[in-house]
Amino acid sequence: MPIDILMPALSPTMEEGTLSKWLKKEGDQVTSGDVIAEIETDKATMEVEAVDEGVIGKLLIDAGTENVKVNTPIAVLLQEGESADSISAEKPAQPEAAKADADTPAATSDAAGGKAREAKDEPASSADNKVPAQPKIDVAADPDIPEGTEMVSTTVREALRDAMAEEMRRDETVFVMGEEVAEYQGAYKVTQGLLQEFGARRVVDTPITEHGFAGVGVGAAMAGLRPIVEFMTFNFAMQAIDQIINSAAKTLYMSGGQMGAPMVFRGPNGAAARVAAQHSQDYAAWYSSIPGLKVVMPYTAADAKGLLKAAIRDPNPVIFLENEILYGQSFDVPKLDDFVLPIGKARIHKQGKDATIVSFGIGMTYATKAVAELEKEGIDVELIDLRTIRPMDLPTVIESVKKTGRLVTVEEGYPQNSVGTEIATRVMQQAFDYLDAPILTIAGKDVPMPYAANLEKLALPNVGEVVQAVKTVCYK
Amino acid sequence: MAPSKTASVSGRKSAAKPAKKDFNGGTIAEFDKQQELQAYRDMLLIRRFEEKAGQLYGMGFIGGFCHLYIGQEAVVVGMQMSLKEGDQVITGYRDHGHMLATGMSARGVMAELTGRRGGYSKGKGGSMHMFSKEKQFYGGHGIVGAQVSLGTGLAFANKYRGNDSISTAYFGDGAANQGQVYESFNMAQLWKLPIVYVIENNRYAMGTSVSRASAQTDFSQRGASFGIPGFQVDGMDVRAVKAAGDEAAEHCRSGKGPIILEMLTYRYRGHSMSDPAKYRSKDEVQKMRSEHDPIEQVKNRLLEKHWATEEELKAIDKDVRDVVSDSADFAQSDPEPDTSELYTDILL
Repeated sequence: MPIDILMPALSPTMEEGTLSKWLKKEGDQVTSGDVIAEIETDKATMEVEAVDEGVIGKLLIDAGTENVKVNTPIAVLLQEGESADSISAEKPAQPEAAKADADTPAATSDAAGGKAREAKDEPASSADNKVPAQPKIDVAADPDIPEGTEMVSTTVREALRDAMAEEMRRDETVFVMGEEVAEYQGAYKVTQGLLQEFGARRVVDTPITEHGFAGVGVGAAMAGLRPIVEFMTFNFAMQAIDQIINSAAKTLYMSGGQMGAPMVFRGPNGAAARVAAQHSQDYAAWYSSIPGLKVVMPYTAADAKGLLKAAIRDPNPVIFLENEILYGQSFDVPKLDDFVLPIGKARIHKQGKDATIVSFGIGMTYATKAVAELEKEGIDVELIDLRTIRPMDLPTVIESVKKTGRLVTVEEGYPQNSVGTEIATRVMQQAFDYLDAPILTIAGKDVPMPYAANLEKLALPNVGEVVQAVKTVCYK
Repeated sequence: MAPSKTASVSGRKSAAKPAKKDFNGGTIAEFDKQQELQAYRDMLLIRRFEEKAGQLYGMGFIGGFCHLYIGQEAVVVGMQMSLKEGDQVITGYRDHGHMLATGMSARGVMAELTGRRGGYSKGKGGSMHMFSKEKQFYGGHGIVGAQVSLGTGLAFANKYRGNDSISTAYFGDGAANQGQVYESFNMAQLWKLPIVYVIENNRYAMGTSVSRASAQTDFSQRGASFGIPGFQVDGMDVRAVKAAGDEAAEHCRSGKGPIILEMLTYRYRGHSMSDPAKYRSKDEVQKMRSEHDPIEQVKNRLLEKHWATEEELKAIDKDVRDVVSDSADFAQSDPEPDTSELYTDILL
């Protein structure tokens, strides 16, 4: 039987990729370990190695084809005695772009997986390296963006990179440091092209020593520089949390206002996909309990850009919580010379009158879908994207609750001492008389993140839970 | 108290040559009269200040933790004589001496110890958390070892800016076992950052002697696996410290990266005010005091060389006591911070 060679998943979050180059042609003999093709994901260019021995009978996908879904047959390998004639499969049509389904976060990546090409071969800017992005998601207009502004569909990943690049152009004291931020172009390609534009002095690869380099970053900030410290994930920042909290957050107070740490700690936070307990924790609630920190957790690319620029300019330490699953998603980003959004201001994602949902970051992916479903059932939900967890824009939440009388919060973090329970407490204290139902909080389950796909799905919130919660508070 | 810029050291061995390893050995800087008097006065100020702080603690004016520097004065005073304007200093929680040596005012430090509004941190930092942007003093850190990474960051900023400044990060033999110290050593050497790591080996990490806590007690060699040179220095002799400080500063300023100085020193008092120091004998302490006291050494040289008379030294002592008394009076009479300060300086 001829063997189908399938489009491989080269990272935990990869759903599709570009088959950039064939290194073997039909009729070539291959043995296991031979590199047969190059595949470009949104994070890296990887080589595909043959697993079996045989002769390439047919190449099913042309070089240069974009959006090839994982597990699509890309070539057929003939075993001894077989001929190309025995291949019955029709060459499939060009695959369509994968449909974004953020509700079931399919995949997230780990830079360590696979065999990445030498960074020097990487294109210098994303303009030369169009990464496959998921379809654009529509978002309600932000009053902070002037009406009539031209919008450009941009991934969260590109938006973050653009924000850093713009701020580094503007301010010589801004630099970025972290693991794989320079030569590798970013473990998740968020810092792509920065080394080429700004050089190794300002784009600094660090050893894998989070505690130490976070401390170095804080020290540099105390000396007046404006570091952007990238954590490959915030899970690893637990090693550095002492420097973040005891040094960065408290120095301004302890020095009587003489010196602080004007800096940003940023990186992917929360669950990715199938990376299990130690790599899947949401720290929004942790950092948001610390005076002296600001905590930002954007959902859209526009917010990612405008708020990261604000975070870099902010004279305080800012925890900037990104999400790996959102990196590849596209949103409209205003084309403005200097697009900066205010930290500490929620955005009303959708107006509504029957109930309020408050969410932030990837929680918004559940919330937006729930809102759409509820709309079909005649429930008009007001959806608030908190955007900043600390300082929290409670007035916007309370204004909404005064209107709807009902509140549901949605997040992926653990349920005890969650951001939602904090919101619930404060709304109960400040707007009790306006509530027509108990506040419900949807969060991740009270368990370490399991690995098994079915258990992982159960551990995360889902759209159905959100829909049900809204119905419950509406007594429907 | 300003860093001495007039030091001309003759007879100092070449920078490449390590100091000798024996406790009372090492390269000795030759001090002129002015330097000896300066060192005498600076060390005496720290000692009298700390004695007064201990007294105020006993009277209940100072709360919380209070770690005294008595016995270790030569380390920071000698190092400070090697530094230039713009060089940064950062240390742990045994920090009063470092603050005085960098030129911070006795009033400001003492008022911080008593938690008053005239303190360096408006009373909000206390003994372990004081800073002075003006004097390039970056704290005052209560987490053991944190200042090593932070100090490395200060050096990173110097290199980033391409200036001539160096960072000096002080830490104890206890902190020298912390993981982030080695993460910092690695980055400092990798990036050739201008930093002097000053390990103040006072023989006890709180109540645990170095031999009970450290597999390798030669702390000067703790950077060996990174290729960071390190030397043991007689930290009880201010001239040895100055000589080592000069070599280290030259090493850093010439772009060779970090260097480690292990200061062999001794603290006379307990770890903190609440530590009776029963883990060592009275004889051990007495022997250090009588044979190696850093201030007595300078005093004896001044008298031997007829650079000062007993009367002149007494006059210095009186001046110093006046400064300290004034700081103590201020620290007791200055009001506590206004209650509105509770909510200030959290965010800018």
